[in-house]
Amino acid sequence: MIEIKNVNKVFYQGNKAINALSDINLTIEQGTIFGVIGSSGAGKSTLIRCVNLLERPTSGQVIVDGVDLTTLSEQELTQTRRKIGMIFQHFNLLSSRTVFNNVALPLELAGVAKSTIKSKVEDLLELVGLADKRDVYPANLSGGQKQRVAIARALASDPKVLLCDEATSALDPATTISILELLRKINEELNLTILLITHEMAVVKGICQEVAIIGDGKLVENGTVGDIFAHPKTDLARDFIRSTLDLSIPADYEARLQATRTENSYPLIRLEFTGASVDAPVISHVAREFDIDISILSSNMDYVGGVKFGLMLAEFIGPEACANKAIEYLKEQKIELEVLGYVI
Amino acid sequence: MSFNAVITWWTENTRLIELLVDSLWETIVMVFTSGFIGFAVGIPLGVLLHLSKKNGLLENTTMNKILGIVVNIGRSIPFIILLVALIPVTRFIVGSSIGTAAAIVPLTIGAIPFIARLVEGALLEVPSGLVEAAQAMGAKPMQIIKKVLLPEALPGIINAVTITLVTLVGYSAMAGTVGGGGLGDVGIRYGYQRFDATVMMITIVILVILVQMIQSLGDHLVKRVDHR
Repeated sequence: MIEIKNVNKVFYQGNKAINALSDINLTIEQGTIFGVIGSSGAGKSTLIRCVNLLERPTSGQVIVDGVDLTTLSEQELTQTRRKIGMIFQHFNLLSSRTVFNNVALPLELAGVAKSTIKSKVEDLLELVGLADKRDVYPANLSGGQKQRVAIARALASDPKVLLCDEATSALDPATTISILELLRKINEELNLTILLITHEMAVVKGICQEVAIIGDGKLVENGTVGDIFAHPKTDLARDFIRSTLDLSIPADYEARLQATRTENSYPLIRLEFTGASVDAPVISHVAREFDIDISILSSNMDYVGGVKFGLMLAEFIGPEACANKAIEYLKEQKIELEVLGYVI
Repeated sequence: MSFNAVITWWTENTRLIELLVDSLWETIVMVFTSGFIGFAVGIPLGVLLHLSKKNGLLENTTMNKILGIVVNIGRSIPFIILLVALIPVTRFIVGSSIGTAAAIVPLTIGAIPFIARLVEGALLEVPSGLVEAAQAMGAKPMQIIKKVLLPEALPGIINAVTITLVTLVGYSAMAGTVGGGGLGDVGIRYGYQRFDATVMMITIVILVILVQMIQSLGDHLVKRVDHR
C-alpha cells in the first residue's frame, strides 16, 4: 500500500546540509498498522510528511496505492492527497468551525453535495463517539475529543491510508489508550492502512503489527512487533524496549546499597527477561531448588506478539553460596542478570 | 435652569447645529466610503503579502519585497502631505480636487497600506498547522484562503477594520485642508481659528462618541466570531 524507496531528505541551514533522512526503504502492506519510532529529531516527522509530500523528498520515490507521488503535478497531488488522511499531534482543527463543520471540510473541498455531507458527517461522528458534540466549537472540547474529531475529519474522504503524526503525544495515558482503541477499531472495520509515528514504545506495543526504528535519519531496524521485542538487534531497539518498562531502584534502597557483600546484607539483582529467556516459572523454581527466599521489589512483565519479556528487581535472601548458585542457574536460562549491589 | 439654557442655546444657534449635522454626515461618508474601498483593496493586498512570504503558500519573494516596499512607502508619507501630493490624482478620478468626494481619494489611498499590514498581521496568527492540515486534505490554494485562512483570521481582521475606521476618523479631520468638510474641519475652523471653545468642545464630544461606537461595535463583532 505504501512503498518508500531510497528516500533522502536534505535540509539546508545556511550553507550547512543536514541529512534528515538517508536512504529510507519501507514497505507497508494494505491493512497493517505500522509504527515508526524514534527519539525527537530522529527524522520520523519528516518521514511521515514525505508520505503525502507535505515535505518533498530530495530524492527517492514514495508510492501510495500504486501511484508514485513524486511524479505527480500539483493538481494531481491535491486530488491524490484526498485519499490519504492525516492526523496531528496538535489536532489542527479549525477554531472557527463547529465539530460538524470541521468534519465536513474535506467533503466541502471535494465539492460533495450538502445532503451527502450531512449523512456522512453524522455517521463519522457516530463512529468516533461524538454525535452529541456536533454543534460545539473545538475550544470547548478536551484533547481526546479533539483528536476524535480530527480522526473523523481524516476519514471523511474515505482514505485508503491514515497517517498519524504523534497523534497521542499531547494526550494523557488514559486518553492515549482510548484513541489507540479507536484507531484499532477503524483499522479493523474499514481495513485502513495506518502509518503512525511516535516516540513512545507503549503506543507501538499497544496497536502496531509492524515497527520500524529510526535513529539519526536512518532506518535502524524493522520487522513485526513481536520479533523486535523478542530479538532486538541494535542498542537503539533495546533502549526503546527498556523505556516501556523503566524500573528504577527506590531511593531508600539506593541509600542502603553497598558495593560489597557484608554480614547480613543480600544482593539486589536486576533480571531482564527477553525473547530468548526460557519460558518457565523460574522464580519459584529457583527459590525451591536453591533454598533461598526471593523478595520482589518491583517488576514489570509484559507480553507482546507471543513473547514474554520484562524487568524485575529482586533481593535474593539466603546464604551467599546458595544465592550464587541461583544466579548461575538463571544465567543458564538466558535471563540477563545484573547484581546491582548489596542491601543491608 | 441648565436645561432651559440648552434650549435657548439650541434655538439661537440653528445655523451652527445644521452645520454640525452636515459635517457629521460628511465625516461618516468620508470614513466609511474610504474604509470600504480601502478594505476591498487592502484585505486582498494583506493576503497577498502573507502568502508570498518565504515558506508561504504561494512563495514569491520578489513580489513580496516589491509589495512590501510599496506598502512601506505608502505608510511613511504623513497623511497631510499625501493629501496635497495626490491632488492631480484626485482631480483625475473625481474631476475636482476639493470637496468631500475629493477627500475620499487620499483617505482611501492612505488607508490601503495600513489595512494591508494589519491584515497581514492577523493572518500571521493563524497556526501554520491548519494550513498544513488543509493541504493534507487536498485543498487547493484558493480553498485554503477562503475556507481556512480568512475564517480563522476573522477576529483579527475585524479588529483591523475597527482600528482602521477609528484612524480614518482622525485622518478625516485633515480633509478640511482640501475642502472636504467634516467634524474635524469644523473643530479647527470654528474652535481653533475663531477661538470658539464651545464649538470645539461639541465637535470633540461628537467625535469621541463616534469613535466609541465604532470600537464597541467592532469589539462586539469580534466576540461573536471568536471561538478560539
